[in-house]
Amino acid sequence: MPDALTIGHYVPGDSVVHRLDSRVKLLLTMAYVIVLFFAVRPGAYAVLALLPLAGYLLARLPLRMVWQGLRPVVAVLLLTLILNALMTPGHPLYRIGRLAVTAEGLQVGVEMAVRLILLMVTSTLLTLTTSPIELTDGIESLLRPFRRLGVPAHELAMMMTIALRFIPTLLEEAQNILKAQQARGADFETGNLLRRARAMIPLLVPLFVGAFRRADELATAMEARCYHGGEGRTRYREYRIARSDWVAAAVTAAALLFVLVDRALGV
Amino acid sequence: MGHLIEVRGVRFFYPSAGAAEGRRTALDGVDLTVDEGEWVAVVGANGSGKSTLAKHLNALLLPAEGEVRVDGKSTRDPVHLWTIRRTVGMVFQNPDNQIVASLVEEDVAFGPENLGLPPEEIRRRIASSLAAVGMGDFARRAPYQLSGGQKQRVAIAGVLAMQPRCIVLDEATAMLDPAGRQEVLQAVERLRRERGIAVVMITHFMDEVAHADRLVVLSGGRVVADDSPRAVLARAEEVAQLGLEVPQVSELALELRREGLPLPADLIAPQELVEALCRLRSST
Repeated sequence: MPDALTIGHYVPGDSVVHRLDSRVKLLLTMAYVIVLFFAVRPGAYAVLALLPLAGYLLARLPLRMVWQGLRPVVAVLLLTLILNALMTPGHPLYRIGRLAVTAEGLQVGVEMAVRLILLMVTSTLLTLTTSPIELTDGIESLLRPFRRLGVPAHELAMMMTIALRFIPTLLEEAQNILKAQQARGADFETGNLLRRARAMIPLLVPLFVGAFRRADELATAMEARCYHGGEGRTRYREYRIARSDWVAAAVTAAALLFVLVDRALGV
Repeated sequence: MGHLIEVRGVRFFYPSAGAAEGRRTALDGVDLTVDEGEWVAVVGANGSGKSTLAKHLNALLLPAEGEVRVDGKSTRDPVHLWTIRRTVGMVFQNPDNQIVASLVEEDVAFGPENLGLPPEEIRRRIASSLAAVGMGDFARRAPYQLSGGQKQRVAIAGVLAMQPRCIVLDEATAMLDPAGRQEVLQAVERLRRERGIAVVMITHFMDEVAHADRLVVLSGGRVVADDSPRAVLARAEEVAQLGLEVPQVSELALELRREGLPLPADLIAPQELVEALCRLRSST
């Protein structure tokens, strides 16, 4: 079962990419995604494609993982391509009844598809090389300045930590309940969708009741260990920005700047 | 010198729709003291109020009447809340529902982090606490990969990292197999021996109480016995009437006495019974 539990499919490793500070990785990924939508010319896309490619190679991740990251969104990609090709007004290339594939549409469609591919590939690189714990710490740290605006940075991070902790426990409990109900003759496999959905009720009710009981006990245990929110709390893990973080940031910034300049000159 | 923990005339009620006056009495005037470095076992049948009592010892519950003092400080005073909770640590029954983080060392860090200690001090405490319960090699493991006994030792390490003077084990071995129970008991025994930490062990396993300094029996929210385990178990018949299981040795000795064998009443270890029987045989 542990295989099914790797959330965000983190691949443990000790490469340069793995060791980058999670805050740096988060910020760079965000900047990348924003700039992605400013790219216009093939040269800019080529530069943008090189960044995640270099990341995968440096992280020593097999390139088939790029494909694995894309597989769930293939349908969305195709749909984007088809809809854009048909719906954009312009010179018709090929007619299907009252619909026409236009040259402009094809271009917009391909462009959108490429952007989505790069978006998926890059964000997958982040979750492949950053452990959920580091990711949580990074998000908490980045959100901290916004606390004055009412962003519950610590609470969000604590919820993520506890959710990660309890996923295996609840999965195991679900398995146990499933077996217990099957032993009593429950049928989860036959019938149409509605029937099967209804069959899940005897699974979900005890699972939820159990989860609430656990939450109650956990809250008591946390209080017993002096938990009183994020105020005055320290962390045992310390993150420091290293030279490799600066290098990664500089290289990414240069590439993103190129894309922006390219757009300013090209339009 | 005062006591480390002092419980005086504590009464506590749970709201209950069915009961008279809309409340059910859980503790009905409990007096109890725990001294520095002492091992106190608390036993009682289901509903005797032993878990409720445990939650009073570090201010998770506050008495309706009476008072609980930890190191002289009343649990009612909110100023002392965090001092009291770091002085008296608590380990609960279900190991799965008290581990907060998905990494062993991160969970042990949880308490000290809440206390706002500097990172290097927390890292020192993680290492020494895990070593003290024999889990030093598991710092980077995920809790769900551990056995019940190992998880419970991680929970003890998490409490230990706050450097408490007393650890309350609220049926902490109830969900474990015999091997896991043994692991946990040995870890606790070592902490008491080597660090002088007082232990309050709430349990319904009578086999676990023989090594305690004192045995407290609760029934119906009252303390009905508070003496050395030997003295309490000598009243085996009374203990059995309270719905408690007497240790096998005491029960066997009781049956033999009923059959007319002149055995002493205070046998609690198998070895003692063997020796008493041998003496009996050689004297006849």
